[in-house]
Amino acid sequence: MSFSESFFSSRFAITRGDLESYISEALSQGGDYADLYFEYLSTSQISIDESIVKSATQGVSLGVGVRVIAGERTGYAYSDDLSPEKIRQAAHVAACIAAGPAKVEKTPLEEGRKRNLYPVLTAPHETAFLERMDLIKRADAAARGYDPRIFQVQATYADSLRHVMVATSAGVLSFDRQPLARMGVAALARQNGSAPQRGYAGGGGRVELSFFLEEKTPEHFAREAARQAIVQLDAVDAPAGETTVVLGPGWPGILLHEAVGHGLEADFNRKKVSAFSGRIGQQVASPLCTVIDDGTIRNRRGSLNVDDEGNPTQRNVLIENGILRGYLQDALSSRILRASPTGNGRRESYEHIPMPRMTNTFMLAGESDPADIIRSVPKGIYCANFGGGQVDITSGNFVFAASESYLIEDGKLTRAVRNATLIGNGPEALRYVSMVGNDLQLDEGIGICGKEGQSVPVGVGIPTLKIDRMTVGGTA
Amino acid sequence: MSQNHLAELAQQTVKQALERGASDAECTIREGNEFSVNVRMREVESLKQAGSRTAGLRALRGKRAGSAYTSDLSAEGIERMVASALELAAITGEDPHAGIPEPGELGAISADLQLYCSDVERIETAVKIDLARAAEAAALDADPRITNSEGGSFDSRTGRRVFANSRAFVGEYRSSYCSLAAVPVAREGDSMERDYWVSMARSFAGLEPAAHVGRVAADRVLRRLGARKVKTQRVPVVFEPRTARSLLSNVFEAVHGESIYRHASFLAGRLGEKVATEALTVIDDGTIPGLFGSSPFDDEGVPSRLTAVIERGVLKSYLLNTYTARKLGMKTTGNASRGVSGNTGIGHGNLFIEPGERSPGEIIARIADGLYVTELIGSGVNIVTGDYSRGAAGLWIRNGEFAFPVSEVTIAGNLNKMLMDMEAIGSDLEFRGSTAAPTLLIREMTVGGR
Repeated sequence: MSFSESFFSSRFAITRGDLESYISEALSQGGDYADLYFEYLSTSQISIDESIVKSATQGVSLGVGVRVIAGERTGYAYSDDLSPEKIRQAAHVAACIAAGPAKVEKTPLEEGRKRNLYPVLTAPHETAFLERMDLIKRADAAARGYDPRIFQVQATYADSLRHVMVATSAGVLSFDRQPLARMGVAALARQNGSAPQRGYAGGGGRVELSFFLEEKTPEHFAREAARQAIVQLDAVDAPAGETTVVLGPGWPGILLHEAVGHGLEADFNRKKVSAFSGRIGQQVASPLCTVIDDGTIRNRRGSLNVDDEGNPTQRNVLIENGILRGYLQDALSSRILRASPTGNGRRESYEHIPMPRMTNTFMLAGESDPADIIRSVPKGIYCANFGGGQVDITSGNFVFAASESYLIEDGKLTRAVRNATLIGNGPEALRYVSMVGNDLQLDEGIGICGKEGQSVPVGVGIPTLKIDRMTVGGTA
Repeated sequence: MSQNHLAELAQQTVKQALERGASDAECTIREGNEFSVNVRMREVESLKQAGSRTAGLRALRGKRAGSAYTSDLSAEGIERMVASALELAAITGEDPHAGIPEPGELGAISADLQLYCSDVERIETAVKIDLARAAEAAALDADPRITNSEGGSFDSRTGRRVFANSRAFVGEYRSSYCSLAAVPVAREGDSMERDYWVSMARSFAGLEPAAHVGRVAADRVLRRLGARKVKTQRVPVVFEPRTARSLLSNVFEAVHGESIYRHASFLAGRLGEKVATEALTVIDDGTIPGLFGSSPFDDEGVPSRLTAVIERGVLKSYLLNTYTARKLGMKTTGNASRGVSGNTGIGHGNLFIEPGERSPGEIIARIADGLYVTELIGSGVNIVTGDYSRGAAGLWIRNGEFAFPVSEVTIAGNLNKMLMDMEAIGSDLEFRGSTAAPTLLIREMTVGGR
């Protein structure tokens, strides 16, 4: 696809000349760099509750964000109106961050190399609504059919189709079409008048609707949610204090996201406010750990052809055999640190200033058989699923909340335990990794990462991991 | 677009929906302007300024509901939104309780709630930058151990919300907000910590002075330095007002109408029962002038009001919108909350715990060994069961005094028991946002550490 065939050019008759003139306006007060981010976002969401499709919504938002960088200063403005006067006005407001003569030399806009990591012909958003509605009806039926103790089911399906275009004063001109779909099922179980318990499962990606019909069906997610709720019915209190923790493969990779991922974002590191600041080249994890952030995995929720600053995403090694190798960069931080952009400049929407963010963050597989890992633990807990997590990047302390875990006694999984938060310290936690499984799995595609009020879709993954020491926040 | 135009547009949109086959419709239009400046290490780091508008429509065809939104408020944009909502309302399920409030329930508080103050819009950019700079400087200058910072910031927003429905309700109100914050980073040896303080107000004049904001942030970050992990043990836990507010948010989720009808709350089905210590009274009041949780009407056109949620330990009321009230055979409590998309949800007004008699100092003075919680992280609260397990940081209390800072620990218990075990409620209630709680003491929780 060339520029003239691109979404904003064909639909809003925006020309290269227009883009160049807006960038000139943005640099009219000086400034070292300017970029424009055009976004047209269509979304839909449908929910079923008590077996009734109670809610369905669809909508459109569009706009353009203009950013000007002068030294370490950023000026930002946006408009939800794509008329030339309104875009120029936004460019003028953003320009005022700089105070100097207009920048005159111009770099002609050039389209970068094209690739498509999500070759989705028909985005789920473009399919018939009734087809998508059928997914949540199937999920509802499957969760209820799983076990008579399931008494409440809610299922939600949501998708979006985002068209973006980025033009920068450095000459980058990128456009992309970003489909995304996700479904989630929550189930409540109870038995003999006991307190109810909840289970949740979901997934998706930058996929066609057929993903939910052939690969991960509504029944798959529904049964998983129902299973988790039933498991909790017999759960005992979780232990309190330090113990050996084994994390199952896949979604428990949220550990990496919280323990190291955020702390390696370049904005925190150039400001030296991260617990990882100044530690490149140092041992921050056990030599068994190699941690990657990769925005190029096909059809994944956290993948992007280009980041929200127009740079291609790539595979970045964060930790190699326990040694800290690199940070996640955006345009501003890479300029200041004189590093190359890593394709991690992301933003929630045209109303937001981009920041370094993760894409799909995971640990490479090791050599241990997962069964051997569990067998090696005399006393500890095994965590199969998690809710969310959070980190204080300055102290490095992070938490993640286990939603399905089991006691390990004499090398065997015994009883299910109730929800508990696990807490650790980023630069220390991974030093206690003593076994890494050969079973790397990525999560099923439900991650949402929040930072400074901006949410973006991400992925995580780990193989089975044994951590010799971690604090579990139970009551037993 | 002037205010009359937006109200007219909302009414016309509702009319258009009815003409196209809706049996009822509700239209929301939101307009807002935002400004923010961040100063870091005494230099301006970022400055943002912009405005936007969005419209949303919820349409019913009998007992089926559909909704749509758009940022394109042109005639074509609105027309597309109306068509989208109606298309969906034709294919969703029949829900016997779907609908909008009865005409008699609609209305707005006529008194001036002081939600908008024009001084927020009049302040010049240079003044805002100076304030952010002064707040950060006060933190940086407070102590040599504060050598770094995530900055000082000034944010302001003004907005207008317009709502119209097919039962002749039309209403609108403006609101304003500004805040001043400082986020210093302190270092001593290997210990690096960050904390913040923020002052928020509806009027520029209502903000705390920049020097105070910076100074409080500095005190907070300094007292965290050298934090250590403690042994796993069961001890009394004191929540300072900033963390006590989060317990109130947990109570809100537990009395939320949707959690109640789905039996997804540990407080479901317990109206009239004693669920907390007799000293605990929780009030939701959306009518207090000038506060952040106030509004003349909720997001489906029902007047805001005062609801006693827990009175002297007894669960008195859930918080409901029209839909959840009908599901439960009750009346709405005027707590409908809705952005511009989806079905109507539930929000709180000013949700607060009535203050007690004892000062925070008196509460702490009686504790031999315990944890004073100044920060909570993570989402480990299960509203279905009441199970509570979160990451915490704070100060250790020994013999009635602060002994040393603590971090990387968990606190765990169950909300059922925590509400019963609330041994002391402080006298220090302050409204710094739409939830407010004084210092709270829970008799015993499990602190997870070494």
